[in-house]
Amino acid sequence: MTGVYVGMPAFPTAARAATRNAQLRANLTRATHTIRDRRARAVAELEDWEGLRQAGKAIKDETLAHLDDYLLQLEAKVTEAGGTVHWARDADEANRIVTELIRATGGSDDQPHEVVKVKSMATQEIGLNEHLAAEGISAYETDLAELIVQLGDDLPSHILVPAIHKNRTEIRDIFRERMGEWGRPAPEGLTDTPADLAEAARLHLREKFLRAKVAVSGANFMVAETGTLVVLESEGNGRMCLTLPETLISVVGIEKIVPTWRDLEVFLQLLPRSSTAERMNPYTTMWTGTHEGDGPKQFHLVLLDNGRTQTLADEVGRQALRCIRCSACLNVCPVYERAGGHAYGSAYPGPIGAILTPQLRGTASELDASLPYASSLCGACFEACPVAIDIPEVLLHLRERVGREAKEHGGHRLERAAMKAATYAMTHPAVYRAAENAAVRARKLIPKKVPFGAGKAWTETRDLPELPEQTFRQWWKETHR
Amino acid sequence: MNPTASSAREEILARIRAASGDAPSTDARIINRDYLAAHVETDLVDLLAENLTDYRARVYRAAAPADVAVIVAGLLHGPRLVVPDGVPDAWIPAEATALRDQPALDPATLDLTHAVLTGCALAIAETGTIVLDGGPGQGRRALTLVPDHHICVVRCPEQVVASIPQALPLLDPTRPQTWIAGPSATSDIELDRVEGVHGPRLLDVILLAARS
Amino acid sequence: MRIALFVTCVNDLAYPGTGIAAVRLLERLGVEVAFPEAQTCCGQMQYNTGYPSAAVPLAEKFGKDFAGFDAVVVPSGSCGAFIRDVHPKLVEGAVPPVYELTEYLIDVLGVEQVGAYFPHKVAYHPTCHSSRLLKVGDRPTRLLRAVEGLELVELPGAAECCGFGGTFSVKNPDVSAAMGADKVTHAVESGAEYLVAADNSCLMHIGGTARRSGAPIKTIHLAEILAATRETVNA
Repeated sequence: MTGVYVGMPAFPTAARAATRNAQLRANLTRATHTIRDRRARAVAELEDWEGLRQAGKAIKDETLAHLDDYLLQLEAKVTEAGGTVHWARDADEANRIVTELIRATGGSDDQPHEVVKVKSMATQEIGLNEHLAAEGISAYETDLAELIVQLGDDLPSHILVPAIHKNRTEIRDIFRERMGEWGRPAPEGLTDTPADLAEAARLHLREKFLRAKVAVSGANFMVAETGTLVVLESEGNGRMCLTLPETLISVVGIEKIVPTWRDLEVFLQLLPRSSTAERMNPYTTMWTGTHEGDGPKQFHLVLLDNGRTQTLADEVGRQALRCIRCSACLNVCPVYERAGGHAYGSAYPGPIGAILTPQLRGTASELDASLPYASSLCGACFEACPVAIDIPEVLLHLRERVGREAKEHGGHRLERAAMKAATYAMTHPAVYRAAENAAVRARKLIPKKVPFGAGKAWTETRDLPELPEQTFRQWWKETHR
Repeated sequence: MNPTASSAREEILARIRAASGDAPSTDARIINRDYLAAHVETDLVDLLAENLTDYRARVYRAAAPADVAVIVAGLLHGPRLVVPDGVPDAWIPAEATALRDQPALDPATLDLTHAVLTGCALAIAETGTIVLDGGPGQGRRALTLVPDHHICVVRCPEQVVASIPQALPLLDPTRPQTWIAGPSATSDIELDRVEGVHGPRLLDVILLAARS
Repeated sequence: MRIALFVTCVNDLAYPGTGIAAVRLLERLGVEVAFPEAQTCCGQMQYNTGYPSAAVPLAEKFGKDFAGFDAVVVPSGSCGAFIRDVHPKLVEGAVPPVYELTEYLIDVLGVEQVGAYFPHKVAYHPTCHSSRLLKVGDRPTRLLRAVEGLELVELPGAAECCGFGGTFSVKNPDVSAAMGADKVTHAVESGAEYLVAADNSCLMHIGGTARRSGAPIKTIHLAEILAATRETVNA
């Protein structure tokens, strides 16, 4: 994936700082609890939610089972409708294709290349903005939260609300200080009310929308049967980008397909309620190739692999490719709430990130290898997932993989030895009883704070239980024989 | 297609085939659709009005086309009204300056208009959604996007369906579509919903009764 | 019916009072309980830390230790869910029928009123594995409401994980501690004297956090409340 997250520390270390940042904790708790409660109400309105959820799962599984067929069908339909389809094996290839397409639209020293962007996880994942900047092309994020992140030289920390870690006052300060460097400055006397902040973003971006020649987007869904692309949004920045420029370039992961037009009836019910907790998001745009006299004259679709096929090859892990990026799992996750999105070190934070990132990128880095452990396995994510991704199951599967790969490199040695020793003791009752008896006898010797290893991690914030004078087993012998 | 592009396509397809080799044969492509075709059956127009209002659209009722013109006149904040082809003359108030999209209005001109008046392809009651597909009286997408005020007429009850599953079969995927549920909004600041960012900040929906 | 108790390794060593309470409660209700002494551990820790192969011998052993019993009662939602959901994936053949204690009381014995007396204010924490994996639902609170003298108060944010999570608590100690601190805060806010749950591993984490910070809340396993009577309370 992108270079922007390279060099991030492993999850527990990155999370440590977040747990000690009171402002961040307060912002995240407030935001996630607000949306969590609203989502629960929006979902409860539909008595057939579980049926929709299972259908969503089945449709995505069908897509993944015959992905080659559906991609070819999609390609044919998009091409027939006047679009051009490109294929990118990895981030570099996708970035190169997009750069060439932008260059081909003209531009000169007087009129430097610039593009407006609709919020897109795929372009975030491949680090497109950084790549374009290095090529001398300005990419303007137009989603309000992405704008906040871009102006603040920050990284996104949430799939739906990339600036969730910022509160209104922090956002006002970023707008006041930075908008002028990118275009129209923030209005004089800008307050921190959300309505004023939204108005400032409207004024700042409008001139960019009206003059933009090229837009870059992702897509929520691609319909194989018809070649239709679908983008759901709220603000209207998506409509601006998808409608006004002459050229539209959409970078979309190969797993974003649904087989038929009818299948949208499932996802257009699942996604808005799971993500923004609305019956329907304010704006949904659907287009099929190019349309005479309406919208972009050129449409390019860049189909992105970048680790998806290797994820598909894993029978347990491939269910992560069902994800429709609603972010419901983030909003209910107690670990995400405390650690914040940045600790996950990728465009995909939270529970879905903990299973998707190590599969897309592999588990070679310390950070990626730490992600499958970034969960207490409480199961709230699975419960909330609208396509029933069993995230805890995949986490455990990836823990096994990390352990296996570590063994090959000689890592995790102590832990593996401890697990084996525990199993040995527990399958040999005499050994087990002896160990128990020794522990009980030594109970007065256990210190309140253990200075090393797991004991240290535990006793820094928690007392150990005081061991009783006898085990249950000893009591049973005394009373029942 | 250049050689690299071609090989990317072939390589990705080959990776997919290698990865999903254990997929069942094509007979298994039947999806179990154990969900409802609609959650409501009656009073769709009232429900549409309720759900539109819930997402901060303003809803009005007209008994006849001439009432539309009266309502529109009362809603306008200025005379410059964009009117796509196919909007009945009876809807257009006399005091408005109707701007036709012939020749095509450029974005900067659209930005200086006061409102746009359209019909729609259909409306979905359960979700409070109106759908535009560029058909008669709707115009191209930019017309309902750049002006800050969108006034949309829904013919009731014939253009109102209950649910998304009922709406999709009536829509043509080869047409560009915009589904609209309330005015532009954002939840990007502390996940609190506020109305009005880039799309029209005012959405007025006029429910025009059938027999008119 | 031949009924066995699987006390769990954590209870055996650190919380024998829970096992003793479960036995006394069941015997009081006329159930004859066996305790197969070869029993040790279900293997959840190994499995959940990423060593499923190390859990296999324990799943096999569990099957042998409890072969022939009509019901195995477990005073732990987490271990109960693990045996029921995961053991079948690890071993061939049938897994003995496992019931978490409250399931056994309500579904098999058909009792809600177990004759307990506990004159205290308590809040119930539905541990994640009890509620989301085992789906015990309102069984624990139905039992608690029937306890004489007990006042059940609402726990704010009850459905949220306490942050224990097995080895999560030592691999991600800062996040785990932050979650534990919030759980303790909510327990104190509830106004309860006792925080009750059906899993001692979660209670070990919550209770350890509370004791370290001096928070005015005690933790207790559900079995110990259900086993309490006027005699034991006054003793």
